[in-house]
Amino acid sequence: MSVPHALLALLAEGAKYGLRLQNEFESRTGEVWPLNVGQVYTTLQRLERDGLVESDGAGERSQKRYRITAAGAQALYGWLRTPPDLVPPPRDELVIKVLVALQIPGIDIREILQVHRRHAIEVMQRYTQVKAAASENDVALVLVADAELFRLEAIVRWLDAADVRLRQLPSSPPAHEADTSPQPAPAVEVSQ
Amino acid sequence: MTSALELRRVSKVYGSGPSEVHALSEVDLLVERGELVAVMGPSGSGKSTLLTIAGSLEQASSGQVLVDGVDLASVSRSDQAMMRRRSIGYVFQDFNLLPGLTALENVTLPLELDGVRARAARAPALQALEELNVGDRADRFPDELSGGERQRVAIARAIIGERGLLLADEPTGALDSVNGESVMRLLRAAAHRGVAGVVVTHEAQLASWADRVVFLRDGRVVDQTSAPPGPESLLAAGDRR
Repeated sequence: MSVPHALLALLAEGAKYGLRLQNEFESRTGEVWPLNVGQVYTTLQRLERDGLVESDGAGERSQKRYRITAAGAQALYGWLRTPPDLVPPPRDELVIKVLVALQIPGIDIREILQVHRRHAIEVMQRYTQVKAAASENDVALVLVADAELFRLEAIVRWLDAADVRLRQLPSSPPAHEADTSPQPAPAVEVSQ
Repeated sequence: MTSALELRRVSKVYGSGPSEVHALSEVDLLVERGELVAVMGPSGSGKSTLLTIAGSLEQASSGQVLVDGVDLASVSRSDQAMMRRRSIGYVFQDFNLLPGLTALENVTLPLELDGVRARAARAPALQALEELNVGDRADRFPDELSGGERQRVAIARAIIGERGLLLADEPTGALDSVNGESVMRLLRAAAHRGVAGVVVTHEAQLASWADRVVFLRDGRVVDQTSAPPGPESLLAAGDRR
């Protein structure tokens, strides 16, 4: 989450005080990302230094109204269109655990997959409760819950696919090879 | 108080000898009134068999199935048929609406089959359609309805009358995720009114609407979720970001 760009987006609607920016940030992100007012002022100071916002008056920071500059608007629209970094993939702890489990002789890998599947679905149940309780107008909260639900669903689908692939294996050769070869498994390249 | 649905060591075997297939093996399942349970599992895990046996559309090879405390094996075939009409509502993946009947007629059908006169069946059917926001589509035929509307009509048909048990097999069919979600909201609402629901699905997002998720593998219940701790804990987790 880019706080500077979120503040620029809020200022694109019109000039605002720091406190109001804090309130609006929290309400529009479904109150999932709390932001303290000190962080708001530090960010505004940096944005002002870089010429992306300007303020009126030289009084107390809480008395200043901030507005976005043309350069700020340009920076904001540029950021919105810049895709987030999707490659290289993050080091995924779950993928690593499953790959490690594959190397251990006699382990019930499907039981391990099920532990993670159950856990992911339990977390999904909680996000679904958030969504079920959200008011119809609270689009931000629903979108945040959706994002987490789709991410967790992808994990469950990956676990399901792993389950099917392992079931289709004729036997479990990695465990056997582990007896004779101390070398680690070949690096797995994950592409998206 | 009896449970809405209880399966006791239910097994189902198809075929015999070398071609024997164990679709279900000693499955125990308890569903209380007001509870929504999702059943998940890979293809061939026995999910749909479990649902058809729970709904008395198929008989178990062994074990007991109790609906509202009544052992299905202890009642005659005609009484079983009556239970299917009066106590159990079904929602299928492909909706199964009769194309020659209007939405309203599709919904009144189970009541009429049960001896209620068409005129008398009209009011509760209209009410069910209205609750599902398709009251204004009552006189349309299924082919004049969108996928989401057809599924709402199918759910209205499943919940009409005094049904205490709702069984749904992949009830969101080919609907997109937002329309699929509204189907789950409707099932959730039915559970709030005290109906017990069992939903078979392979989609984790849909299953997450349930109070409890039961996992089937090779015809056996291998795992289930525990009660979720509530959404507040997630918002607290947000503080750490």
